Amino acid sequence: MSALRGVIDGPAQAVRRIGAVTLFLLQVLAQIPAALRRPGFIVAQIYNAGGRSLIIIMLSGLFVGMVLGLQGFDLLQRFGSEDALGVAAALGLLKELGPVVTALLFAGRAGTALTSEIGLMRATDQLTAMQMMAVDPVRRIVAPRFLGGLIAVPLLTAIFNIVGVFGAQLIGVSLMGVDSGAFWSQMQSAVEIDDVTEGVIKSIVFGAACSLVAVYEGYHAQPTAAGVGLATTRTVVTSSVLILFLDYILTAAFL
Amino acid sequence: MAGSIPNPHADDVVIDVRDLRYAIGERVIFDGLDLSVRRGRVTAIMGPSGTGKTTLLRLITGQNEPQRGVVKVWGKDVPAMSQTELFRMRRRMGMLFQSGALLTDLDVYENVAFPLREHTDLPESLVRQLVLTKLQAVGLRGAIDMLPAELSGGMARRVALARAIVMDPELLIYDEPFAGLDPISMGVIVRLIEEMNEALGLTSIVVSHDVQELATIAHDSYLLSEGKVVASGSPAELQRSDQQIVRQFMAGQADGPVPFHYPAPDYQAQLLGEVER
Repeated sequence: MSALRGVIDGPAQAVRRIGAVTLFLLQVLAQIPAALRRPGFIVAQIYNAGGRSLIIIMLSGLFVGMVLGLQGFDLLQRFGSEDALGVAAALGLLKELGPVVTALLFAGRAGTALTSEIGLMRATDQLTAMQMMAVDPVRRIVAPRFLGGLIAVPLLTAIFNIVGVFGAQLIGVSLMGVDSGAFWSQMQSAVEIDDVTEGVIKSIVFGAACSLVAVYEGYHAQPTAAGVGLATTRTVVTSSVLILFLDYILTAAFL
Repeated sequence: MAGSIPNPHADDVVIDVRDLRYAIGERVIFDGLDLSVRRGRVTAIMGPSGTGKTTLLRLITGQNEPQRGVVKVWGKDVPAMSQTELFRMRRRMGMLFQSGALLTDLDVYENVAFPLREHTDLPESLVRQLVLTKLQAVGLRGAIDMLPAELSGGMARRVALARAIVMDPELLIYDEPFAGLDPISMGVIVRLIEEMNEALGLTSIVVSHDVQELATIAHDSYLLSEGKVVASGSPAELQRSDQQIVRQFMAGQADGPVPFHYPAPDYQAQLLGEVER
């Protein structure tokens, strides 16, 4: 009997959690019009989540681009088509690596910060105090942070892609001697607007998922030191798995 | 048995709690609790730790819902309120949390200004004036630029008090206002509670177990134990009470109707290992 219970409990809990997150999302969405009326808070959160992640995003973008340059060159020269390096790097970044890596980094850098910030507000009664002052914390605290993350991730992804292409070019053209004209012109003619759209949609979805998980975990953290720590860990784990899962779904949908 | 509850004119009653039952899971916090708070008075709610004093405040302010009974504030049934109605009610009250619950990313000025910015469109000059007035009232006008992390416990509570009164509430709720304060800060808070109630024409509820401090400021008091009001009346009346539980609490005796020992298995049996753990 208890073994059966163990089998059922896991999935049942997962379903309950998905339901709880969805309800919370609806709650946040309902407060977005009110939150939009005070754009200052959202801008502050875009800076908080996005601006402060800029260095790590650019640095990672550069290295990912450089690795693409090396690996792409090695692969393509076996077929004598190293001129296509520009296309390979651009498509790889736009459609996959840009959105996914940016979102993963965002979850680790900004998502955890959001969770622990909101969790500590909960632990120190700040959210209850707001409620007692007739201020809805979902409107005042959660919604601007959710929107900030949602806006920041696509912007960060764009920056990641640009730096990545630069990194690939740095290795491919400057180091390995791929023809500069071929690198850029092939990229220009082969990359379609659909490829860009796919990346943008992915980054928006990932941004929403990361931000939602981060604010949900923070808002529902156990109000103790261990509880906030646990919530922060869960943010990273859940966001990462969710990003990769959604990436597969979206890729399959676009093909 | 529960002391006689005053039966004032209906419009004089700010809070009216009748036959309240509240349980968290198996644990019954309140069962058959009656209590009322009258306008313009300082009402003390006392009781040993763990009797659910703070929970009672959560029920009165609509943060939790009782399983049974009536909770009326200004004549309206709290559990039946929608979120909007709750917020409308809470705008007429101020609450002082034990921890102060100041917003840690805002300085003292912005913390006190917070309710004004959220609920009004007052020009900055007026906000400034209101904030300065309230900070002057709690004696912390000089701390205007400090961050909550830089304040001592007593100061944080005074800033929180300034924030609680900045919207000119009709009802002020203090949750353990004396806990963990040095004697001077305690004296300051006692004086402030009394002054606020007089000067602003407020109604105050003070939840605490500091009998001596409450005795000097409370007009009415309730003693809670095991989910019920076990005694009520003025603090002086409670001091004179010959009920055992009241005497134990007022005099601070370690053992009595509230036992020193938390319920446990037989001591000898446990030492001899006949009980697990």
